[in-house]
Amino acid sequence: MAILEVRDVSMFFGGLAALSKVTFDVEKGEILALIGPNGAGKTTLFNCVNGFYKPSIGRVEFKGETVSGLKPHQICARGMGRTFQVVKPLQRMNVFDNVLASAFLRNPARAKAEKVVEEVLLFTGLWEDREIISKGLPLGKRKRLEIARALATQPELLLLDESFAGLNPAELDVSIEIIKSIKKMGITIMIIEHHMKVIMSISDRIVVLNYGQKIAEGTPAQIGHNPQVVEAYLGEAADA
Amino acid sequence: MKRTAPYLVLAALVLLPLMQYSPVLRLGSDWMHVIIMAIMWTVTGMAWNLLGGYCGQVSFGHAAFFGMGSYCAALMTFHFQASPWWGFLVSIPATAAIAMIMGFLVLRLRGPYFVLATLAIGEVMRITFENLVDLTNGTKGITIVRDWVDKTPYYCIILGLAVGTYLLIKRMIGSKWGYYFVAVREDQDAAESLGIDTTRYKTIALVVSAILTGLAGAFYTVYMGYIDPQVVFSLGDISILIIMVVMVGGVATFWGPAVGAVIMIALSEYIRTIPYLGTAYQTFFGILLIVIIIYLPNGLVGDYRKLAKLFTRKTPGAA
Ligand SMILES: Nc1ncnc2c1ncn2[C@@H]1O[C@H](COP(=O)(O)OP(=O)(O)OP(=O)(O)O)[C@@H](O)[C@H]1O
Ligand SMILES: [Mg+2]
Repeated sequence: MAILEVRDVSMFFGGLAALSKVTFDVEKGEILALIGPNGAGKTTLFNCVNGFYKPSIGRVEFKGETVSGLKPHQICARGMGRTFQVVKPLQRMNVFDNVLASAFLRNPARAKAEKVVEEVLLFTGLWEDREIISKGLPLGKRKRLEIARALATQPELLLLDESFAGLNPAELDVSIEIIKSIKKMGITIMIIEHHMKVIMSISDRIVVLNYGQKIAEGTPAQIGHNPQVVEAYLGEAADA
Repeated sequence: MKRTAPYLVLAALVLLPLMQYSPVLRLGSDWMHVIIMAIMWTVTGMAWNLLGGYCGQVSFGHAAFFGMGSYCAALMTFHFQASPWWGFLVSIPATAAIAMIMGFLVLRLRGPYFVLATLAIGEVMRITFENLVDLTNGTKGITIVRDWVDKTPYYCIILGLAVGTYLLIKRMIGSKWGYYFVAVREDQDAAESLGIDTTRYKTIALVVSAILTGLAGAFYTVYMGYIDPQVVFSLGDISILIIMVVMVGGVATFWGPAVGAVIMIALSEYIRTIPYLGTAYQTFFGILLIVIIIYLPNGLVGDYRKLAKLFTRKTPGAA
Protein backbone atom coordinates (compact mmCIF):
# COMPACT_ATOMS: atom_id res chain seq x y z
CA MET A 1 0.00 0.00 0.00
CA ALA A 2 1.29 3.45 -0.88
CA ILE A 3 1.80 5.81 2.04
CA LEU A 4 2.79 8.67 -0.27
CA GLU A 5 1.58 9.32 -3.79
CA VAL A 6 3.29 11.97 -5.89
CA ARG A 7 1.08 12.73 -8.88
CA ASP A 8 2.17 14.77 -11.89
CA VAL A 9 4.00 17.24 -9.69
CA SER A 10 5.52 20.20 -11.51
CA MET A 11 7.22 23.14 -9.87
CA PHE A 12 8.22 26.28 -11.73
CA PHE A 13 10.53 29.03 -10.52
CA GLY A 14 9.99 31.79 -13.03
CA GLY A 15 10.74 30.09 -16.34
CA LEU A 16 12.67 27.22 -14.78
CA ALA A 17 10.86 23.91 -14.41
CA ALA A 18 12.59 22.50 -11.32
CA LEU A 19 10.19 19.55 -11.48
CA SER A 20 8.07 18.46 -14.39
CA LYS A 21 5.28 15.91 -14.14
CA VAL A 22 6.93 13.71 -11.55
CA THR A 23 4.83 10.71 -10.55
CA PHE A 24 5.72 7.88 -8.18
CA ASP A 25 4.58 6.12 -5.01
CA VAL A 26 6.33 5.38 -1.75
CA GLU A 27 5.15 2.07 -0.33
CA LYS A 28 4.54 1.67 3.36
CA GLY A 29 7.57 0.27 5.19
CA GLU A 30 10.11 0.62 2.38
CA ILE A 31 13.21 2.73 1.94
CA LEU A 32 12.90 4.67 -1.28
CA ALA A 33 15.97 6.50 -2.52
CA LEU A 34 15.75 9.61 -4.64
CA ILE A 35 18.89 10.12 -6.70
CA GLY A 36 20.01 12.42 -9.48
CA PRO A 37 22.71 14.94 -10.34
CA ASN A 38 23.05 18.31 -8.60
CA GLY A 39 20.15 20.59 -9.40
CA ALA A 40 17.94 17.70 -10.54
CA GLY A 41 15.11 18.87 -8.29
CA LYS A 42 15.40 16.42 -5.39
CA THR A 43 15.24 18.96 -2.58
CA THR A 44 12.51 20.81 -4.45
CA LEU A 45 10.50 17.60 -4.48
CA PHE A 46 10.90 17.26 -0.70
CA ASN A 47 9.74 20.83 -0.30
CA CYS A 48 6.65 20.06 -2.37
CA VAL A 49 5.95 16.94 -0.34
CA ASN A 50 6.35 18.46 3.12
CA GLY A 51 4.51 21.69 2.34
CA PHE A 52 7.20 24.33 1.99
CA TYR A 53 6.10 24.70 -1.63
CA LYS A 54 2.71 24.15 -3.14
CA PRO A 55 3.29 22.34 -6.43
CA SER A 56 2.57 24.57 -9.44
CA ILE A 57 0.72 21.64 -10.98
CA GLY A 58 -0.14 18.20 -9.63
CA ARG A 59 -0.72 16.96 -6.12
CA VAL A 60 0.73 14.95 -3.27
CA GLU A 61 -1.30 12.45 -1.27
CA PHE A 62 -0.19 11.26 2.14
CA LYS A 63 -2.03 8.32 3.69
CA GLY A 64 -4.77 8.70 1.11
CA GLU A 65 -5.40 12.42 1.66
CA THR A 66 -4.28 15.34 -0.46
CA VAL A 67 -1.73 17.36 1.48
CA SER A 68 -0.47 19.79 -1.16
CA GLY A 69 -1.58 23.24 -0.06
CA LEU A 70 -1.28 22.45 3.65
CA LYS A 71 1.41 24.11 5.73
CA PRO A 72 4.52 22.15 6.79
CA HIS A 73 3.44 22.05 10.45
CA GLN A 74 0.09 20.54 9.46
CA ILE A 75 1.77 17.91 7.32
CA CYS A 76 4.22 17.15 10.11
CA ALA A 77 1.32 16.72 12.51
CA ARG A 78 -0.14 14.14 10.13
CA GLY A 79 2.98 12.06 10.51
CA MET A 80 5.72 13.28 8.18
CA GLY A 81 9.16 14.26 9.46
CA ARG A 82 12.00 15.72 7.44
CA THR A 83 15.63 16.74 7.69
CA PHE A 84 17.38 19.51 5.83
CA GLN A 85 20.28 19.18 3.43
CA VAL A 86 21.67 22.43 4.81
CA VAL A 87 21.22 21.61 8.49
CA LYS A 88 18.96 23.92 10.46
CA PRO A 89 19.59 23.27 14.15
CA LEU A 90 18.02 25.59 16.70
CA GLN A 91 21.45 27.15 17.08
CA ARG A 92 21.50 28.53 20.60
CA MET A 93 19.64 25.59 22.12
CA ASN A 94 21.45 22.53 23.33
CA VAL A 95 20.97 19.13 21.73
CA PHE A 96 18.45 17.98 24.32
CA ASP A 97 16.28 21.08 23.97
CA ASN A 98 16.40 20.87 20.18
CA VAL A 99 14.87 17.45 20.32
CA LEU A 100 12.52 18.40 23.16
CA ALA A 101 11.04 21.19 21.04
CA SER A 102 9.92 18.62 18.51
CA ALA A 103 8.90 15.96 21.03
CA PHE A 104 6.22 18.32 22.37
CA LEU A 105 4.22 17.76 19.19
CA ARG A 106 2.88 14.40 20.35
CA ASN A 107 3.60 14.82 24.08
CA PRO A 108 2.45 18.21 25.37
CA ALA A 109 3.31 17.28 28.97
CA ARG A 110 6.95 17.99 29.62
CA ALA A 111 7.81 14.84 31.59
CA LYS A 112 6.47 12.60 28.84
CA ALA A 113 8.23 14.64 26.16
CA GLU A 114 11.55 14.35 28.01
CA LYS A 115 11.18 10.59 28.09
CA VAL A 116 10.81 10.57 24.30
CA VAL A 117 13.88 12.80 23.94
CA GLU A 118 15.91 10.42 26.04
CA GLU A 119 14.89 7.45 23.90
CA VAL A 120 15.61 9.28 20.67
CA LEU A 121 19.00 10.57 21.83
CA LEU A 122 20.08 7.15 23.02
CA PHE A 123 18.89 5.65 19.76
CA THR A 124 20.81 8.16 17.61
CA GLY A 125 23.91 8.08 19.80
CA LEU A 126 23.66 11.72 20.81
CA TRP A 127 22.89 11.19 24.50
CA GLU A 128 26.46 12.02 25.54
CA ASP A 129 26.24 15.31 23.64
CA ARG A 130 22.87 16.34 25.05
CA GLU A 131 24.18 19.43 26.83
CA ILE A 132 26.23 20.77 23.94
CA ILE A 133 24.87 23.90 22.28
CA SER A 134 23.95 22.70 18.81
CA LYS A 135 25.89 25.46 17.09
CA GLY A 136 29.10 23.89 18.42
CA LEU A 137 28.40 20.37 17.23
CA PRO A 138 30.59 18.89 14.47
CA LEU A 139 28.84 18.43 11.12
CA GLY A 140 28.39 14.68 11.42
CA LYS A 141 26.51 15.06 14.67
CA ARG A 142 24.51 18.01 13.41
CA LYS A 143 23.31 15.77 10.57
CA ARG A 144 22.34 13.16 13.14
CA LEU A 145 20.60 15.79 15.25
CA GLU A 146 18.43 16.53 12.21
CA ILE A 147 17.39 12.88 12.18
CA ALA A 148 16.85 12.81 15.95
CA ARG A 149 14.64 15.87 15.81
CA ALA A 150 12.53 14.47 13.00
CA LEU A 151 12.20 11.16 14.87
CA ALA A 152 11.00 12.94 17.99
CA THR A 153 7.91 14.06 16.08
CA GLN A 154 7.15 10.31 15.86
CA PRO A 155 6.60 10.21 12.11
CA GLU A 156 5.24 7.46 9.90
CA LEU A 157 7.19 8.77 6.91
CA LEU A 158 10.65 10.26 7.24
CA LEU A 159 12.25 12.38 4.52
CA LEU A 160 16.04 12.45 4.75
CA ASP A 161 17.84 15.01 2.59
CA GLU A 162 21.50 14.01 2.20
CA SER A 163 21.93 12.92 5.79
CA PHE A 164 25.20 11.21 4.82
CA ALA A 165 26.91 14.01 2.95
CA GLY A 166 30.19 15.07 4.50
CA LEU A 167 30.41 12.18 6.97
CA ASN A 168 33.64 10.30 7.57
CA PRO A 169 33.58 6.49 7.09
CA ALA A 170 33.02 5.76 10.78
CA GLU A 171 30.14 8.21 11.01
CA LEU A 172 28.76 6.79 7.79
CA ASP A 173 28.52 3.31 9.29
CA VAL A 174 26.78 4.65 12.39
CA SER A 175 24.23 6.49 10.28
CA ILE A 176 23.55 3.50 8.04
CA GLU A 177 22.82 1.39 11.11
CA ILE A 178 20.48 4.09 12.41
CA ILE A 179 18.56 4.18 9.13
CA LYS A 180 18.22 0.42 9.13
CA SER A 181 16.89 0.44 12.69
CA ILE A 182 14.42 3.17 11.81
CA LYS A 183 13.09 0.97 9.06
CA LYS A 184 12.78 -1.92 11.50
CA MET A 185 10.65 0.31 13.72
CA GLY A 186 8.15 0.38 10.86
CA ILE A 187 8.87 3.91 9.70
CA THR A 188 8.82 4.47 5.95
CA ILE A 189 11.82 6.38 4.61
CA MET A 190 12.40 8.47 1.51
CA ILE A 191 16.03 9.40 1.26
CA ILE A 192 18.03 11.67 -1.02
CA GLU A 193 21.60 10.51 -1.32
CA HIS A 194 24.63 10.81 -3.58
CA HIS A 195 26.62 8.01 -1.97
CA MET A 196 25.98 5.13 -4.38
CA LYS A 197 27.39 2.51 -2.03
CA VAL A 198 24.95 3.56 0.67
CA ILE A 199 22.02 3.75 -1.74
CA MET A 200 22.62 0.33 -3.21
CA SER A 201 22.97 -1.29 0.20
CA ILE A 202 19.98 0.18 2.04
CA SER A 203 17.28 1.07 -0.44
CA ASP A 204 14.42 -1.15 -1.58
CA ARG A 205 13.63 0.95 -4.60
CA ILE A 206 15.17 3.95 -6.34
CA VAL A 207 13.66 6.87 -8.25
CA VAL A 208 16.01 8.80 -10.51
CA LEU A 209 15.49 12.46 -11.34
CA ASN A 210 17.31 14.42 -14.03
CA TYR A 211 16.54 18.02 -14.95
CA GLY A 212 13.31 17.81 -12.99
CA GLN A 213 12.04 14.70 -14.75
CA LYS A 214 11.79 11.16 -13.51
CA ILE A 215 13.99 9.12 -15.85
CA ALA A 216 13.87 5.76 -14.11
CA GLU A 217 12.39 3.84 -11.21
CA GLY A 218 13.21 0.35 -9.96
CA THR A 219 15.19 -1.88 -7.64
CA PRO A 220 18.88 -1.11 -7.05
CA ALA A 221 19.84 -3.92 -9.44
CA GLN A 222 17.58 -2.57 -12.20
CA ILE A 223 18.79 0.98 -11.75
CA GLY A 224 22.43 -0.08 -11.74
CA HIS A 225 21.98 -1.54 -15.20
CA ASN A 226 19.79 1.17 -16.71
CA PRO A 227 21.83 2.78 -19.54
CA GLN A 228 20.01 6.12 -19.26
CA VAL A 229 20.78 6.35 -15.55
CA VAL A 230 24.37 5.34 -16.04
CA GLU A 231 24.76 8.07 -18.62
CA ALA A 232 22.97 10.79 -16.68
CA TYR A 233 24.24 10.04 -13.27
CA LEU A 234 26.19 6.97 -12.38
CA GLY A 235 28.91 7.64 -14.92
CA GLU A 236 29.33 11.05 -13.51
CA ALA A 237 29.31 9.75 -9.94
CA ALA A 238 31.93 7.15 -10.78
CA ASP A 239 34.20 9.83 -12.17
CA ALA A 240 33.81 12.08 -9.15
CA MET B 1 22.23 30.80 46.02
CA LYS B 2 20.60 30.81 42.62
CA ARG B 3 17.43 29.31 44.04
CA THR B 4 17.11 31.64 46.98
CA ALA B 5 17.95 34.82 45.07
CA PRO B 6 14.39 35.48 43.82
CA TYR B 7 13.01 35.14 47.36
CA LEU B 8 15.66 37.44 48.78
CA VAL B 9 14.89 40.05 46.14
CA LEU B 10 11.19 39.71 46.80
CA ALA B 11 11.64 40.01 50.57
CA ALA B 12 13.73 43.14 50.11
CA LEU B 13 11.12 44.64 47.80
CA VAL B 14 8.28 43.86 50.20
CA LEU B 15 10.14 45.48 53.08
CA LEU B 16 11.28 48.47 51.04
CA PRO B 17 8.27 50.76 51.73
CA LEU B 18 9.05 50.53 55.44
CA MET B 19 12.19 52.54 54.70
CA GLN B 20 9.94 55.54 54.21
CA TYR B 21 9.39 55.56 57.94
CA SER B 22 12.87 54.61 59.04
CA PRO B 23 14.75 57.18 61.10
CA VAL B 24 18.06 56.47 59.35
CA LEU B 25 18.49 56.23 55.58
CA ARG B 26 15.03 57.60 55.17
CA LEU B 27 13.49 56.97 51.75
CA GLY B 28 11.80 60.08 50.40
CA SER B 29 8.76 60.02 48.17
CA ASP B 30 10.87 61.08 45.17
CA TRP B 31 12.87 57.90 45.66
CA MET B 32 9.68 55.90 45.92
CA HIS B 33 8.69 57.38 42.58
CA VAL B 34 11.91 56.23 40.93
CA ILE B 35 11.47 52.76 42.36
CA ILE B 36 7.85 52.54 41.23
CA MET B 37 8.86 53.60 37.73
CA ALA B 38 11.68 51.07 37.67
CA ILE B 39 9.26 48.29 38.59
CA MET B 40 6.76 49.46 35.98
CA TRP B 41 9.48 49.38 33.34
CA THR B 42 10.47 45.95 34.55
CA VAL B 43 6.96 44.77 33.72
CA THR B 44 7.03 46.26 30.23
CA GLY B 45 10.55 44.95 29.71
CA MET B 46 9.53 41.42 30.70
CA ALA B 47 6.55 41.69 28.38
CA TRP B 48 8.67 42.87 25.47
CA ASN B 49 11.26 40.21 26.23
CA LEU B 50 8.69 37.45 25.80
CA LEU B 51 8.05 38.52 22.21
CA GLY B 52 11.37 40.07 21.25
CA GLY B 53 13.81 38.05 23.35
CA TYR B 54 12.34 34.56 23.41
CA CYS B 55 10.23 34.53 20.28
CA GLY B 56 12.66 36.71 18.32
CA GLN B 57 10.07 39.16 16.99
CA VAL B 58 11.58 42.58 17.67
CA SER B 59 8.89 45.19 18.15
CA PHE B 60 9.47 48.92 17.88
CA GLY B 61 5.82 49.59 18.51
CA HIS B 62 5.08 48.49 22.06
CA ALA B 63 3.89 52.02 22.81
CA ALA B 64 0.74 50.99 20.93
CA PHE B 65 -0.11 48.58 23.76
CA PHE B 66 1.17 50.78 26.57
CA GLY B 67 -0.85 53.72 25.29
CA MET B 68 -3.91 51.62 24.70
CA GLY B 69 -3.79 50.39 28.30
CA SER B 70 -3.28 53.93 29.56
CA TYR B 71 -6.24 55.22 27.62
CA CYS B 72 -8.45 52.36 28.76
CA ALA B 73 -7.98 53.59 32.32
CA ALA B 74 -8.28 57.29 31.47
CA LEU B 75 -11.36 56.89 29.29
CA MET B 76 -13.23 54.99 32.00
CA THR B 77 -13.26 58.22 33.98
CA PHE B 78 -13.41 60.66 31.10
CA HIS B 79 -16.47 59.16 29.43
CA PHE B 80 -18.17 57.00 32.02
CA GLN B 81 -17.22 58.72 35.30
CA ALA B 82 -16.19 55.24 36.44
CA SER B 83 -13.14 54.41 38.47
CA PRO B 84 -9.99 54.33 36.31
CA TRP B 85 -9.11 51.05 38.00
CA TRP B 86 -11.63 49.38 35.69
CA GLY B 87 -9.09 50.22 33.01
CA PHE B 88 -6.99 47.26 34.09
CA LEU B 89 -9.83 44.90 33.23
CA VAL B 90 -10.90 46.67 30.04
CA SER B 91 -7.33 46.96 28.79
CA ILE B 92 -7.00 43.18 28.54
CA PRO B 93 -9.45 42.63 25.67
CA ALA B 94 -8.54 46.01 24.15
CA THR B 95 -4.79 45.39 23.89
CA ALA B 96 -5.38 41.75 22.92
CA ALA B 97 -7.56 42.96 20.04
CA ILE B 98 -4.93 45.45 18.86
CA ALA B 99 -2.29 42.73 19.10
CA MET B 100 -4.36 40.32 17.06
CA ILE B 101 -4.97 42.86 14.33
CA MET B 102 -1.31 43.76 14.37
CA GLY B 103 -0.37 40.07 14.31
CA PHE B 104 -2.62 39.42 11.36
CA LEU B 105 -1.09 42.34 9.48
CA VAL B 106 2.59 41.96 10.27
CA LEU B 107 3.50 38.57 11.74
CA ARG B 108 3.80 37.05 8.29
CA LEU B 109 6.61 39.52 7.66
CA ARG B 110 10.08 38.53 8.69
CA GLY B 111 13.11 40.42 9.95
CA PRO B 112 13.36 44.12 9.21
CA TYR B 113 9.93 44.27 7.57
CA PHE B 114 8.32 43.16 10.79
CA VAL B 115 10.31 45.70 12.78
CA LEU B 116 9.32 48.56 10.48
CA ALA B 117 5.68 47.52 10.48
CA THR B 118 5.51 47.55 14.30
CA LEU B 119 7.15 50.95 14.34
CA ALA B 120 4.54 52.26 11.92
CA ILE B 121 1.66 50.82 13.94
CA GLY B 122 2.89 52.50 17.12
CA GLU B 123 3.01 55.84 15.34
CA VAL B 124 -0.38 55.30 13.71
CA MET B 125 -1.87 54.71 17.15
CA ARG B 126 -0.39 57.95 18.48
CA ILE B 127 -1.66 60.02 15.57
CA THR B 128 -5.07 58.37 15.78
CA PHE B 129 -5.41 59.16 19.47
CA GLU B 130 -4.26 62.73 18.85
CA ASN B 131 -6.92 63.25 16.22
CA LEU B 132 -9.95 61.43 17.60
CA VAL B 133 -10.60 64.45 19.77
CA ASP B 134 -14.17 63.53 20.70
CA LEU B 135 -13.06 60.19 22.00
CA THR B 136 -9.72 61.01 23.53
CA ASN B 137 -9.67 64.77 24.14
CA GLY B 138 -6.81 64.91 21.62
CA THR B 139 -3.45 66.40 22.47
CA LYS B 140 -4.91 68.14 25.53
CA GLY B 141 -4.77 64.79 27.25
CA ILE B 142 -6.81 63.53 30.15
CA THR B 143 -6.39 64.28 33.83
CA ILE B 144 -7.86 62.03 36.48
CA VAL B 145 -8.00 62.38 40.23
CA ARG B 146 -5.48 60.16 41.91
CA ASP B 147 -6.73 58.01 44.76
CA TRP B 148 -3.81 58.36 47.15
CA VAL B 149 -1.13 60.89 47.88
CA ASP B 150 0.91 58.25 49.67
CA LYS B 151 3.03 56.21 47.24
CA THR B 152 2.93 52.96 49.19
CA PRO B 153 -0.32 51.56 47.74
CA TYR B 154 0.88 52.22 44.19
CA TYR B 155 4.12 50.55 45.05
CA CYS B 156 2.32 47.45 46.28
CA ILE B 157 0.14 47.26 43.18
CA ILE B 158 2.96 47.56 40.67
CA LEU B 159 5.04 45.11 42.68
CA GLY B 160 2.16 42.64 42.58
CA LEU B 161 1.88 43.10 38.82
CA ALA B 162 5.61 42.58 38.41
CA VAL B 163 5.65 39.41 40.49
CA GLY B 164 2.63 38.08 38.60
CA THR B 165 4.30 38.85 35.28
CA TYR B 166 7.53 37.22 36.36
CA LEU B 167 5.77 34.03 37.47
CA LEU B 168 3.64 33.87 34.34
CA ILE B 169 6.60 34.26 32.01
CA LYS B 170 8.75 31.86 33.98
CA ARG B 171 6.01 29.28 33.73
CA MET B 172 5.45 29.83 30.01
CA ILE B 173 9.14 29.66 29.16
CA GLY B 174 9.56 26.35 30.97
CA SER B 175 6.67 24.77 29.11
CA LYS B 176 6.01 23.68 25.55
CA TRP B 177 5.17 27.28 24.64
CA GLY B 178 8.57 28.55 25.67
CA TYR B 179 10.35 25.95 23.59
CA TYR B 180 8.14 26.79 20.65
CA PHE B 181 8.87 30.51 21.03
CA VAL B 182 12.62 29.91 21.03
CA ALA B 183 12.34 27.46 18.13
CA VAL B 184 10.58 30.17 16.11
CA ARG B 185 13.36 32.61 17.00
CA GLU B 186 16.15 30.24 16.05
CA ASP B 187 14.78 28.96 12.74
CA GLN B 188 11.25 29.42 11.47
CA ASP B 189 11.58 26.87 8.67
CA ALA B 190 12.93 24.22 11.00
CA ALA B 191 10.19 25.02 13.52
CA GLU B 192 7.48 24.63 10.86
CA SER B 193 8.85 21.32 9.69
CA LEU B 194 8.89 20.07 13.29
CA GLY B 195 5.17 20.61 13.55
CA ILE B 196 5.17 24.06 15.14
CA ASP B 197 2.47 26.40 13.89
CA THR B 198 4.81 29.39 13.78
CA THR B 199 2.14 31.97 13.01
CA ARG B 200 0.02 30.78 15.90
CA TYR B 201 2.81 30.83 18.46
CA LYS B 202 4.06 34.21 17.32
CA THR B 203 0.53 35.51 17.76
CA ILE B 204 0.32 34.02 21.25
CA ALA B 205 3.61 35.67 22.25
CA LEU B 206 2.46 38.97 20.80
CA VAL B 207 -0.92 38.90 22.54
CA VAL B 208 0.48 37.98 25.95
CA SER B 209 3.20 40.59 25.57
CA ALA B 210 0.62 43.19 24.57
CA ILE B 211 -1.70 42.46 27.48
CA LEU B 212 1.10 42.75 30.04
CA THR B 213 2.33 45.98 28.47
CA GLY B 214 -1.23 47.33 28.48
CA LEU B 215 -1.62 46.58 32.19
CA ALA B 216 1.55 48.57 32.86
CA GLY B 217 0.02 51.37 30.79
CA ALA B 218 -3.19 51.31 32.83
CA PHE B 219 -1.10 51.50 35.97
CA TYR B 220 0.73 54.51 34.56
CA THR B 221 -2.58 56.39 34.25
CA VAL B 222 -3.86 55.69 37.74
CA TYR B 223 -0.46 56.47 39.20
CA MET B 224 0.48 59.60 37.26
CA GLY B 225 -3.02 61.08 36.99
CA TYR B 226 -2.37 62.64 33.60
CA ILE B 227 -1.76 61.23 30.13
CA ASP B 228 -1.72 62.50 26.57
CA PRO B 229 -0.92 60.72 23.30
CA GLN B 230 2.56 62.23 23.05
CA VAL B 231 3.48 60.71 26.38
CA VAL B 232 1.95 57.25 26.33
CA PHE B 233 2.36 56.52 22.62
CA SER B 234 5.85 58.00 22.49
CA LEU B 235 8.26 56.29 20.14
CA GLY B 236 11.37 57.45 22.00
CA ASP B 237 10.15 57.42 25.60
CA ILE B 238 8.09 54.24 25.44
CA SER B 239 8.76 51.95 22.46
CA ILE B 240 12.49 52.50 22.34
CA LEU B 241 12.97 52.79 26.08
CA ILE B 242 11.38 49.34 26.48
CA ILE B 243 13.90 47.91 24.04
CA MET B 244 16.75 49.67 25.84
CA VAL B 245 15.63 48.24 29.16
CA VAL B 246 15.82 44.73 27.75
CA MET B 247 19.02 45.26 25.76
CA VAL B 248 20.88 46.77 28.69
CA GLY B 249 19.66 44.13 31.11
CA GLY B 250 19.89 41.11 28.83
CA VAL B 251 17.74 39.76 26.03
CA ALA B 252 16.01 36.45 26.76
CA THR B 253 17.04 36.38 30.43
CA PHE B 254 14.64 36.31 33.37
CA TRP B 255 16.33 39.07 35.34
CA GLY B 256 17.53 41.21 32.45
CA PRO B 257 14.46 43.44 32.29
CA ALA B 258 14.62 44.17 36.03
CA VAL B 259 18.32 45.03 35.93
CA GLY B 260 17.86 47.07 32.77
CA ALA B 261 14.87 48.95 34.18
CA VAL B 262 16.70 49.92 37.36
CA ILE B 263 19.70 51.17 35.40
CA MET B 264 17.74 53.00 32.74
CA ILE B 265 15.37 54.72 35.16
CA ALA B 266 18.13 55.65 37.59
CA LEU B 267 20.23 56.98 34.71
CA SER B 268 17.45 58.97 33.13
CA GLU B 269 16.43 60.52 36.44
CA TYR B 270 20.05 61.40 37.13
CA ILE B 271 20.97 62.69 33.68
CA ARG B 272 17.90 64.89 33.51
CA THR B 273 19.11 66.82 36.54
CA ILE B 274 22.43 67.74 34.91
CA PRO B 275 22.22 71.37 33.79
CA TYR B 276 22.28 72.05 30.03
CA LEU B 277 23.08 68.46 29.14
CA GLY B 278 19.95 67.07 30.78
CA THR B 279 17.65 67.67 27.86
CA ALA B 280 19.94 65.60 25.67
CA TYR B 281 19.36 62.46 27.75
CA GLN B 282 18.31 60.52 24.69
CA THR B 283 21.75 61.12 23.22
CA PHE B 284 23.27 59.47 26.27
CA PHE B 285 20.91 56.52 25.83
CA GLY B 286 21.93 56.23 22.21
CA ILE B 287 25.61 56.13 23.11
CA LEU B 288 24.92 53.67 25.93
CA LEU B 289 23.04 51.40 23.55
CA ILE B 290 25.90 51.40 21.06
CA VAL B 291 28.38 50.54 23.81
CA ILE B 292 26.15 47.72 25.06
CA ILE B 293 25.63 46.26 21.60
CA ILE B 294 29.36 46.26 20.91
CA TYR B 295 30.72 45.09 24.24
CA LEU B 296 27.85 43.29 25.99
CA PRO B 297 25.53 42.04 23.26
CA ASN B 298 23.77 39.81 25.77
CA GLY B 299 23.24 42.63 28.25
CA LEU B 300 24.46 42.96 31.83
CA VAL B 301 22.75 39.76 32.96
CA GLY B 302 23.62 37.72 29.86
CA ASP B 303 27.24 38.83 29.81
CA TYR B 304 27.85 39.16 33.53
CA ARG B 305 30.90 36.89 33.33
CA LYS B 306 32.53 39.17 30.80
CA LEU B 307 31.66 42.08 33.06
CA ALA B 308 33.05 40.42 36.17
CA LYS B 309 36.34 39.81 34.37
CA LEU B 310 36.49 43.46 33.40
CA PHE B 311 36.06 44.58 36.98
CA THR B 312 38.55 42.19 38.50
CA ARG B 313 41.22 43.30 36.05
CA LYS B 314 40.78 47.02 36.53
CA THR B 315 38.00 49.20 37.79
CA PRO B 316 36.88 51.82 35.29
CA GLY B 317 36.54 55.28 36.79
CA ALA B 318 32.88 55.60 35.91
CA ALA B 319 31.89 52.83 38.25
N1 LIG C 1 13.44 28.76 -4.26
C1 LIG C 1 13.97 28.63 -5.50
N2 LIG C 1 13.90 29.64 -6.38
C2 LIG C 1 14.43 29.51 -7.62
N3 LIG C 1 15.04 28.41 -8.08
C3 LIG C 1 15.15 27.35 -7.25
C4 LIG C 1 14.61 27.41 -5.92
N4 LIG C 1 14.86 26.21 -5.31
C5 LIG C 1 15.51 25.48 -6.22
N5 LIG C 1 15.67 26.14 -7.37
C6 LIG C 1 16.29 25.61 -8.59
O1 LIG C 1 15.68 24.40 -8.91
C7 LIG C 1 16.62 23.44 -9.36
C8 LIG C 1 16.56 22.20 -8.50
O2 LIG C 1 17.13 22.50 -7.23
P1 LIG C 1 17.17 21.44 -6.05
O3 LIG C 1 17.72 22.12 -4.86
O4 LIG C 1 15.85 20.80 -5.90
O5 LIG C 1 18.21 20.39 -6.59
P2 LIG C 1 18.78 19.10 -5.89
O6 LIG C 1 18.44 17.96 -6.76
O7 LIG C 1 18.37 19.03 -4.48
O8 LIG C 1 20.35 19.36 -6.02
P3 LIG C 1 21.54 19.03 -4.97
O9 LIG C 1 21.97 17.65 -5.23
O10 LIG C 1 22.60 20.02 -5.36
O11 LIG C 1 21.03 19.26 -3.60
C9 LIG C 1 17.97 24.13 -9.34
O12 LIG C 1 18.22 24.60 -10.65
C10 LIG C 1 17.77 25.28 -8.40
O13 LIG C 1 18.60 26.34 -8.74
MG1 LIG D 1 19.26 19.12 -2.66
